Amino acid sequence: MSATADVRLERVTKHFEDVVAVDDLSLEIPSGSFFAMLGPSGCGKTTTLRMIGGFEQPSEGRIFLGESDVTGLPPYRRAVNTVFQSYALFPHLSLFENVAFGLRRKGVKGDEVKKRTREMLELVGLGGFEKRRPRQLSGGQQQRVALARALVNRPRVLLLDEPLGALDLKLRRQMQLELKRIQNELKITFVHVTHDQEEAMSMADQIAIMNGGRIEQLGGPADLYEKPATAFVAGFLGASNLLDGEVCGADAVRIADGTVLRVAAGALAGRTGGSVAVGVRPEKLRLDASGVNVLRGTVTETSYVGVSTQYIVETPAADLVVYVQNAAPGAGTLAPGSAVSLSFDPEVAFVVDHV
Amino acid sequence: MTAVVRFARHHLLTAYALLALAYLLLPIAVVVLFSFNNPNGRFNYTWQGFTLKNWGDPFGVPGLWPALQTSLEIAALVALGATALGTLIALALVRYGFRGRGAANIFIFLPMATPEIVMGASLLSLFLAINFQTGFWTIVIAHITFDISYVVTTVRARLVGFDRHLEEAAMDLYANSWTTFWRVTLPLIAPGVLSALLLSFALSIDDFVITNFNSGTEVTFPLFVWGAARVGVPPQVNVVGSIIFFAAIGLMLLNVVRQRRPQRAAAPATATATVS
Ligand SMILES: Nc1ncnc2c1ncn2[C@@H]1O[C@H](COP(=O)(O)OP(=O)(O)O)[C@@H](O)[C@H]1O
Ligand SMILES: [Mg+2]
Repeated sequence: MSATADVRLERVTKHFEDVVAVDDLSLEIPSGSFFAMLGPSGCGKTTTLRMIGGFEQPSEGRIFLGESDVTGLPPYRRAVNTVFQSYALFPHLSLFENVAFGLRRKGVKGDEVKKRTREMLELVGLGGFEKRRPRQLSGGQQQRVALARALVNRPRVLLLDEPLGALDLKLRRQMQLELKRIQNELKITFVHVTHDQEEAMSMADQIAIMNGGRIEQLGGPADLYEKPATAFVAGFLGASNLLDGEVCGADAVRIADGTVLRVAAGALAGRTGGSVAVGVRPEKLRLDASGVNVLRGTVTETSYVGVSTQYIVETPAADLVVYVQNAAPGAGTLAPGSAVSLSFDPEVAFVVDHV
Repeated sequence: MTAVVRFARHHLLTAYALLALAYLLLPIAVVVLFSFNNPNGRFNYTWQGFTLKNWGDPFGVPGLWPALQTSLEIAALVALGATALGTLIALALVRYGFRGRGAANIFIFLPMATPEIVMGASLLSLFLAINFQTGFWTIVIAHITFDISYVVTTVRARLVGFDRHLEEAAMDLYANSWTTFWRVTLPLIAPGVLSALLLSFALSIDDFVITNFNSGTEVTFPLFVWGAARVGVPPQVNVVGSIIFFAAIGLMLLNVVRQRRPQRAAAPATATATVS
């Protein structure tokens, strides 16, 4: 076990009657990191977060905060705080009393409560709003209060369950930056649950991609994008082209039309045979024959979207999506029906098990 | 044409509403009016002349004041007891899935559906069977029994749609279950609890049938009026009746004003994500 893990889950399983919400999940969240749990709806993100917060107890397994085993402890005896998706601000209390709630429960002295509450409201840009009631605020402001109310307690870990889900797009982008800034400033471990891959990619140091109650892959945003370990991860994080084939060498895969594609040494991860898929991101395919792996096909669809032009190219092996940056003005687009060559180098490809 | 129809319909509705209101209020108006009557016999049934002397001495009739006092004491105890028990039952019924919850939900309605006369008689036979002396405390117990149903119904309405995350948030902020209840749950259901308190107080003050079975030698205000009616109703009964009526109206208006105020303050608020 690493000494710097703030949260550690050890083989945690959670059943709701016959539904397995979280399935034998183990996880370490490094101290001070911005950690995201990303996955489709129903994959067990919220349940995992609620078990860390103490709102649900695992059916099996143990949960540690730092060195101490907190399995079975109620929420009020855990040094974590939560920002709820619905914010859950106390409607009968002023903003000040909302934010001061945790400090008062911990028996912090009056002056100290005042000072820390004011500071925290200042930090989230709501200085001077102390006397308002939650319902007198906009959604974005309520979100900030929820954040302040949790952070004022200086928790070891802050849990956020889709905290930006209820905000409109523009406000969401702004709050993403703000959350990142606050996390940098306070150096508190953030565990952020979201189903928005762009949000996770742009904010997190580490992302756990979840599916069916398990972690499919854990890594930094670039790792996950460049080297997805499974077809699910490849599909969930952006678009990708998958070419089904058979392993036919230490760094080679023969795809459906007989072409042998070279992949980077190690990409096969020790596989010596069997069905796999070679994946290439659309922006990594070039519309020429200059790469190591070359495929020939016909353009069937073209769409110009400003920064890039997106093509669908029909090849004997599969239909491939290609993004071409419009770097030079007037580069011109290929009309549907044009015959083209596509190529890519082994380093940009990844290999996943055939689905 | 349609305008005429609309006009007629609109005014018919108004007239109808006024008639219904008059129908409801006429008996009360008579009670109030006859509190100013100056009857020459023992019966306060025909108008004889206007006087303020009944209002000057509302408790001048022997037995009236002790009866009213007993009723107020009983109602206060009943309101507190029934509200405390009923609120907890409502919480249990809404919050916890337990074996027999469906049955409990039905049983809660039974006292409201049971004819009062049946309930009064069966309570009496129960007290007799266990050899429990009827009197002040049996009235309290009997009233709590039927008031609980009303409290549960009133408080439950407030609990449905209560955002459970609010309680989780309190616990997340280091409040244990007890503190969470006092600081978050109770303040938020307080309007319902207050309504339940007033309702059970009113139901207790007013009850005659069940009380009559279980009162032993104790005399409450309704029992006093009933007894007095056989030998002649003094106009003071109308005075006390009017006082109770106006006190109830006053409390109701106060409640309306109190509930209006925060709403007005919240009028400029934008979309809210929390449930209040
Ligand atoms: N309290 C509950 N009772 C029964 N099933 C639940 C409960 N909470 C979650 N689940 C189920 O567990 C699974 C995971 O849910 P959740 O953790 O909320 O997923 P996510 O947050 O990733 O959308 C879902 O199938 C959901 O229906
Ligand atoms: Mg969720």
